[in-house]
Amino acid sequence: MAVTTEVAAPEVTLGPVPGWWRMSVRGFRCWLTTYRRLWRASVYSSVLGPVFYLAAMGYGLGSLVDKHGTASLGGVPYVEFVAPAILAFQAMNTGMSNAAFPVYSAVHWARIYIAARATGLRAGDIFRGHLMFITMRVAMNSACFVVVMAAFGTIRSAWAALLLPAAALTGLAFAAVVAAWAVTLKNVNPMNYAFRFGAVPMMLFSGTFFPVTRLPGWLQPVAYATPLWHGVALCRALSLGTGLDPASVAMHVGYLAAMTGIALWAGSATYRRRLYV
Amino acid sequence: MRARGLTKRFGSFTAVDGIDFDLFRGEAFGFLGPNGAGKSSTMRMIGCVSPPTHGELTILGADPVRDGAAIRAKLGVVPQEDTLDAELTVRENLLVYGRYFGLPRAVIRERTAQLLDFVQLAERADSMVEPLSGGMKRRLTIARSLINDPEILILDEPTTGLDPQARHVVWDRLFRLKQRGVTLILTTHYMDEAEQLCDRLVVMDHARIVAEGTPRELIDRYSTPEVLELRFDPSLHDQAAEKINDIFPERTEVTADRILLYAADGEEALARVQRAGLEPLTQLVRRSTLEDVFLHLTGRRLVD
Repeated sequence: MAVTTEVAAPEVTLGPVPGWWRMSVRGFRCWLTTYRRLWRASVYSSVLGPVFYLAAMGYGLGSLVDKHGTASLGGVPYVEFVAPAILAFQAMNTGMSNAAFPVYSAVHWARIYIAARATGLRAGDIFRGHLMFITMRVAMNSACFVVVMAAFGTIRSAWAALLLPAAALTGLAFAAVVAAWAVTLKNVNPMNYAFRFGAVPMMLFSGTFFPVTRLPGWLQPVAYATPLWHGVALCRALSLGTGLDPASVAMHVGYLAAMTGIALWAGSATYRRRLYV
Repeated sequence: MRARGLTKRFGSFTAVDGIDFDLFRGEAFGFLGPNGAGKSSTMRMIGCVSPPTHGELTILGADPVRDGAAIRAKLGVVPQEDTLDAELTVRENLLVYGRYFGLPRAVIRERTAQLLDFVQLAERADSMVEPLSGGMKRRLTIARSLINDPEILILDEPTTGLDPQARHVVWDRLFRLKQRGVTLILTTHYMDEAEQLCDRLVVMDHARIVAEGTPRELIDRYSTPEVLELRFDPSLHDQAAEKINDIFPERTEVTADRILLYAADGEEALARVQRAGLEPLTQLVRRSTLEDVFLHLTGRRLVD
């Protein structure tokens, strides 16, 4: 309890500020406390969605595709081709949607950041703490979906053990970029556009439901440049055990890691500019 | 805490314009002024969430820009608008906040029990925050701000928006904290709040400090011991004001609905008014307050 002694009170000494990891974990735990109340509802909605995709695309549409031969898919049944892509884009979706409106709300509506900024946390700790939580959510959803993939027998390779970190990295890369940007917004419209004109086309055209080689020639480089294509290609390689040469794996992982790194650096600045004015 | 030439600008707008003040351990210090005077901007700089544009600011011997996080770890902040987490219970709000400061669960549990007792919310510990009344939320915010056992408690308009009864409960709790030796810094535009709680205060207007002292000193320096308040029929208001200027040349203030006569002896002033044949609708002799100090310094009232 706040009691200061009146008798020759000693000089106040400021304690050392702990390292960024420990401070970020403090921010992360706040989100965890809230989530303990909500996790059941969130698991249903975020796990069932991808399972519907797998059923409709993988088996529904897949039964038509498979009749015409799947040589251009690498000779695997359509469901095996599409399942790791669904994993990757649901990681993107989870990352983006947990970063966009929740970050905006933490500034404007629920004001969680506004409460947190008055404590010993720094802007970067608040940002990283929130990303830790979002990455945990991505990992939870992805783990559920990987189990579903395994149960339906759509996995061909032991490398699939690495699907979870690959999906988590994909989700984190998107979450970091979106959070670093969403914190600067003054209204919600740009976020709706980002989903409509960013996430949705990426989900459709990044080699998810059909190979990029089926796109018109001029569009192919665009598809190869999108972060989701790297996530999809990485997850597909791990799940099917094909195309796992070190160079392309390094490229996919490097792309997503660089994207995360740049967003972590930029986000510390955008958070500081928004929260400490 | 020490400020010299402290300035905050937002673009071309100057919110705080070169203010100086010193603040000592165990003191209750107030910033009194109308809305928009720069009080909240000053509080945000003191709370280390807003870097000064110019000037020098030292808090607990450190620089708020360089050591902001370390200083904030020693502060308790009660913001003007509640930032409680409405999706959590009363107890969980304290838990989350204590965790921000890296306190162990056992310490938080112990302090939560004490603090909820202190702010008279113990029986609401497990209710959600959303349905609590405004006064309860404010008391919870005060409890939350004390979870890290702060050296300095910063309160921005602690009773604005509360009904009179709730205000008195908050004042009572803050007074107890003051008795325990907690350093309080508060802003207010209520003169009664400043008089009740502050050992020393500055009066702010238009981004500047216009006076500084204890409430008593300020009243002695800028006002008279007594004030006679007269209210006339609105149609006679202006006429009466002119006449009073003649019969009572010492000092008067004319507000929209009243005429204030600053006198050493209010009854004597009233006798003079009556001898002149003026018939006010109501008359009141009272002691001077900080409101009168503010009116004298700025020509305006604190709360419109």
